[in-house]
Amino acid sequence: MTSHKDDLELGALKAGFDAATPAPDPARRLENLALAQKNFTDLQGSLSEARHSSERSESRGVFKGVIDMLMTRSAAAGLTATTAIVAVGFLFLSPAGQDFMRPPTTITTQPEIEQPVSGDLRQGGETAIVDADDTEVVEPVLEPVITAEEVETRLRDQEAEADFAAAPPSPSPQPGNSGGVLELFSGAPVASPAITQGGHNNSVVGGLASNTRAVSPGQLLNDVAPMPEANTEEFANEDDNPIRVVAENPVSTFSIDVDTASYSLLRSSFNRGQMPHADSVRIEEMINYFPYDYATPTEEDVSPFRPTVNVFQTPWNPDTRLVHIGLQGEMPVVEDRPPLNLVFLIDTSGSMNDPTKLPLLIQSFRLMLDRLNPEDEVAIVTYAGNAGVALEPTPASDRDAIETALTRLQAGGSTNGVGGLQVAYGLANQMSEEGEVSRVLLATDGDFNVGISDPDALTDFIETQRDSGTYLSVLGFGRGNLQDDTMQALAQNGNGTAAYIDTLNEAQRVLVDQLAGALFPIADDVKIQVEFNPAVIAEYRLIGYETRALAREDFNNDDVDAGELGAGHNVTAIYEVTPVGSPARLTDPLRYGGEEATEVAEELAGELGFLRLRWKEPGAEDSQLIEFPITDTDSADAEAQFAAAIAGFGQLLRGNDFLGDWDYADAIALANENRGADEFGYRFEAVQLMRLADSLSAN
Amino acid sequence: MARVLGYDMRMNVSDEDLALAAAGGDGAAFEALLTRHYDRLFALAFRFTGSRAEAEDLTQDICAVLPAKLAGYRGDAKVTTWLYRVAHNAAIDRRRRAASYSKALTGWGDWEVGRKKADAEEKEAVGWLYTAMGRLSETLRDTLALVLDDLTHAEVADIMGVSEGTVSWRISEAKKALRVLKEEEEAS
Repeated sequence: MTSHKDDLELGALKAGFDAATPAPDPARRLENLALAQKNFTDLQGSLSEARHSSERSESRGVFKGVIDMLMTRSAAAGLTATTAIVAVGFLFLSPAGQDFMRPPTTITTQPEIEQPVSGDLRQGGETAIVDADDTEVVEPVLEPVITAEEVETRLRDQEAEADFAAAPPSPSPQPGNSGGVLELFSGAPVASPAITQGGHNNSVVGGLASNTRAVSPGQLLNDVAPMPEANTEEFANEDDNPIRVVAENPVSTFSIDVDTASYSLLRSSFNRGQMPHADSVRIEEMINYFPYDYATPTEEDVSPFRPTVNVFQTPWNPDTRLVHIGLQGEMPVVEDRPPLNLVFLIDTSGSMNDPTKLPLLIQSFRLMLDRLNPEDEVAIVTYAGNAGVALEPTPASDRDAIETALTRLQAGGSTNGVGGLQVAYGLANQMSEEGEVSRVLLATDGDFNVGISDPDALTDFIETQRDSGTYLSVLGFGRGNLQDDTMQALAQNGNGTAAYIDTLNEAQRVLVDQLAGALFPIADDVKIQVEFNPAVIAEYRLIGYETRALAREDFNNDDVDAGELGAGHNVTAIYEVTPVGSPARLTDPLRYGGEEATEVAEELAGELGFLRLRWKEPGAEDSQLIEFPITDTDSADAEAQFAAAIAGFGQLLRGNDFLGDWDYADAIALANENRGADEFGYRFEAVQLMRLADSLSAN
Repeated sequence: MARVLGYDMRMNVSDEDLALAAAGGDGAAFEALLTRHYDRLFALAFRFTGSRAEAEDLTQDICAVLPAKLAGYRGDAKVTTWLYRVAHNAAIDRRRRAASYSKALTGWGDWEVGRKKADAEEKEAVGWLYTAMGRLSETLRDTLALVLDDLTHAEVADIMGVSEGTVSWRISEAKKALRVLKEEEEAS
């Protein structure tokens, strides 16, 4: 179309661009246009008011209303309607949309398509304005105003025709596919070549199959589908902990981790019918998702938690043993708890405009409000563009004010995470009085794009803030853009927890059932160190905690940060150990120099290893230590067995190769036998997920 | 009805006339102009950033500043050229803001993003695109983003505020880098 043809060499690049460029999100489009218009109007003052026809602003109001309404619906059926209505919005508000509207026949016939020469199969919306930069192009569009009913009728017809064209039975009506109506519209001109190619390509159009080739129109269609994209999600993880030889590395050191985000993430993947990304699986977070009935600390315990150690045969390997370490945090009486200062730091950037994000978040916080005491204080900070205080510190007793502020929250604007954090920490410090607990609860879809996306830069910022004594918890919402590694970095460095909230039930679990644990720390910087006895244990590996490894010398260094334990929380860590002389041993003993290491005093010969735990009282500078030997208890209680089942499940998902033939069916059996009381049904749900994994992985 | 007709009639008006009317305070003209170009701006924003979320936010930045910028439009440049200049400046602003906190934030440099995209959907072209863009400097990327939007080198030069020769030189640099990449691929 233009003079310069650079193209042979840049052709691949152009094809790549064309394939990669997604369509703008229709909802964001409406918002951004509205924003521009608002800024425009603000600039003009009242000058142009007269020219603004009330009709159009009214009609926009209607669409906005419809979209808002639909945003609160989540059923798959609703999604079809959503895209249809968004398409209607398109038609009214954009000349491009009117172009789409004009020839509903375009889909089945294709005479008038001026296909860009270079096979420029660009995204539909763009095609519609491809000529717009030159003045003369515009066709005489004198469309009558089309009522919504008409549009819907046409949409239906269109859909029917498309279905017809796509003769093979299309796949089941997944939410992802329901976008078809809109896409067939917006993509109408470009979609037609695929259709004209006749039978062999029909499935591309009808089924919107996700495995279509690079630049085919079908794949372009797919890009617009409301199916959550995994494209920009980033996960924090490391390779599996390797087998360690006790003679060489007798000491294992790590920080506890009470996060649970990984488990909710994988649940949300399964519920969409997808296997979770292996990197998104952090086994310790799966294990720690579940409450365990461990012995609670008594007055004899010096630590605010009670450690329990079980040693028993590994379910997936009869020749190795599992060392199961459980810490149960004490549960202070909730009524006696100190007043709490909560600062909700809420991401209201445009990307939060999704039923699984801001609306769910608002509902979640409402649930929590019921549990607050009247002396507690709440403040709300939003960040989108500029950080703003949506609610000054308000006593929890003033429920109305808090409710109103929550209701007023609206998504829009870009993210400015750091600005928000600064304001939130500032407020928290201002609210803090002696003896009170302050916490910033950051709720986001992980989009820190404008602020910090580099976990390293975050570390610095949060670390300097941590010393103010304010804790930070991160609640993730929504999929498609979740920067899991950023969330992790934030929570780990802010002495807080990260949780991912995918349903209101999960909100209930995180914010209500475990309110105390989530909000009241009982021990800071909890570190675990195990020294294995080379006379008894030949090899060991820590299952999970890859992202929490500490250097041996970090254990005694109080400046090194580690995980915090909340009231009533429990934490579980599992080692798989190979006894000396076991046929399961993977490494050969050393011929030279190995002897010395195995000479251990007689009286210690029965010990598998030595467990050391360090922690700080909340706010304290110096750590305390407890230590005791690990002996082979050969006790496999139901709690430990269930944890082992989850550990196995996580390893299957990560695809590590320590499990041999042990498979999902074994995990299901083991978990089922050890469900225990399962008061909240979490373990039952886990078994369901294992079944899903079993059937999905079989495909 | 008349008013609606009036609105539709604007579809016949040139970009330049719309822009001038909008600069003079005509809200409807502004709306028509922006609606006409929104998708194209978004696509350009994606080319600048390499990430959908970033592109949405960048487009939003553009929408936010456009009214103020528009006041300065005098009809001496083509509207698209002028719009793209605004877009390019917004992209630079955005990176600058981001850079004050951390490394530059485009998706293009992120090998991991490209790898995942390619994995997830077997889009060879996409995977290759991320590899290729990851090799180029920001300036070269931006130049390509514009040139591959079917603009002439002269137009791109105008938008980026450099000489036409510079644009041509950058393109040849980019080609060189791509050729190296291709040779590596063939060698492997």
